[in-house]
Amino acid sequence: MQAEERHDLKMKSQEKKQNTITTESYLQTVFRRFRKHHLAMVSMIILAILGGAAILAPIIAPYDPNAIVGPFSGAPSKEFWLGTDQIGRDVLSRLLYATRVSLLVGVMATLISTIIGVILGLLAGYFGGVIDMVIMRFTDMVMSFPYILLVLVAASIFKPGMWNIILILGFVDWPGIARLVRGNVLSLRETNFIKGNIVAGMPLRHILFSEILPNTVAPILVYATSVLALSMLDEAALSFLGMGVQPPTASLGNMLNGAQSLTVLTSQPWLWLPPGLLIVILVIAINFVGDALRDALDPNSEQK
Amino acid sequence: MGKYILKRILIAIPVLIGITIIDYAIMCLAGSPLEMLQGPRISEGAIEAKKIALGLDKPFYIQYFVWLGQLLQGNMGYSIKSSQAVSAMIGSHLGPTLLLMGVSLLVSLIIAIPAGIYSAVHQYSKGDYAVVTMSFLGSSIPGFFLSLLLIYLFTVKLGVLPSSGMTTLGTDGGFADVVKHMVMPVIVLAASMAGSNIRYIRSAVLEILQQDYLRTARAKGIGRFRVIYKHALRNALVPIVTVIGMQIPMLFGGAIIIEQVFSWPGLGLMTMSAISNRDYPVIMGVCLLSAVVVLIGNLVTDIMYALVDPTIQLQ
Repeated sequence: MQAEERHDLKMKSQEKKQNTITTESYLQTVFRRFRKHHLAMVSMIILAILGGAAILAPIIAPYDPNAIVGPFSGAPSKEFWLGTDQIGRDVLSRLLYATRVSLLVGVMATLISTIIGVILGLLAGYFGGVIDMVIMRFTDMVMSFPYILLVLVAASIFKPGMWNIILILGFVDWPGIARLVRGNVLSLRETNFIKGNIVAGMPLRHILFSEILPNTVAPILVYATSVLALSMLDEAALSFLGMGVQPPTASLGNMLNGAQSLTVLTSQPWLWLPPGLLIVILVIAINFVGDALRDALDPNSEQK
Repeated sequence: MGKYILKRILIAIPVLIGITIIDYAIMCLAGSPLEMLQGPRISEGAIEAKKIALGLDKPFYIQYFVWLGQLLQGNMGYSIKSSQAVSAMIGSHLGPTLLLMGVSLLVSLIIAIPAGIYSAVHQYSKGDYAVVTMSFLGSSIPGFFLSLLLIYLFTVKLGVLPSSGMTTLGTDGGFADVVKHMVMPVIVLAASMAGSNIRYIRSAVLEILQQDYLRTARAKGIGRFRVIYKHALRNALVPIVTVIGMQIPMLFGGAIIIEQVFSWPGLGLMTMSAISNRDYPVIMGVCLLSAVVVLIGNLVTDIMYALVDPTIQLQ
């Protein structure tokens, strides 16, 4: 009886499995696999909430982030949920705007570096030869810089500020993506469908962007999430050192800047704990999502 | 082997030259370091004279060649701010940085290797989830924020650890004193490195555990311990070595920020003050040094590869 039942169940699950495999689209498969990662789902929800709060900052922030509205260094109260800073600005409002700035910096820097990396990687991988060598040597050069040193030197040279930070991070973060894309192109170039395209005399642009690129999107996407996490960390570090986003504009990093003074560090934790924790939460959530995406997008992940 | 190393060094040279050119170009875009000297008490004439004395009146490519020529003679130039030789400045600050980096790397590996192997062997167990979550936390927490938390906890609340410098002022230091000053910076650097190392090692070991030769080893019945520590671990060395190689530039960068926070008297602190003073010769020296370190790191990684993995052929 029990054995029969088990057999029945097994049959059912097999049937179900076959069913799902035959009917669902690629995106559905990805989403189904993604959902299995509970931490990543929670992270998605957190990111959605924080992202939403950042976008809606002008509407939901209780005060103007740069206006002096309360007492100096006031502790959290009913009126100011997270207290006020040294010159009497509302910390909660600043925090909302800071999240907005930090996310913007991260997303824009990631976008720029992904575009640069993808184009250079495609060119290097597809053409090979001299072009490949020049691009890869250049990639080596950028990679051999201790990353933060380059960013610091650049940030001190060009006037620090939000858009310069975005550009600097964008122009420094691409080598990883370029290498990844190049490697994928090298192996794709040997596949029959690309060879077929070449034989059929398809234009180069079509082969590169419509045939090769879609087949490397998944790893690029996964890598881009880690670049996003890293560039948000870098923005925070730079702003913390006073070389990033400049006050009065709030960013998560420069809100922590005040904690370098001992009074703030010891007796006003509401000034530095929330922005710090917020960075950690954002970055960790992005990393979890990236990790789950890696699993969900990997075509081999269900063979085990 | 010798031929391979020679070839790699020959490839590294143009990369190095390229790096110095980029460095120099970026810095010349920035403007004159003499702007920092300007003030009401310094006459235009004095600045002009200083400019000529430092060779800053020439176009940037000539300045670059002058710098390169001097470098080939073993002269890295002199600091504009303090007139000290750059090589001497680097020499005196290198020790503390190497000490900090070395100890942090060691600590991170001591944490990451056992944790990574444990979590791969016990994949999908509660312990695995705990290790992976901790590793994500380690690599997601900004170094400076962790530093602040540690300072708050150990210096402000408990008062057991000093928060800045390498030795207590007014004493001659001594081993125990240096160790005390090192605890927090090492924790911060090691935590972020261990975070990424654990995940690399975990996935490397996971991949190896699925290999046929391990199934064979298991089928022979030689016991779980020997399968993992004799057969799997040796093969996992290759990715572990790569990870160490990749850490070197990261370490260098991480050290700059951490040294700043803890006032650790190393290269990072020196670099930060050189950057804010636009002390070009010093910045160039540090960039060159770090590029050399990174390239040597890559080379050593490749050679170690060949040593731990006999199937990699060096042409």
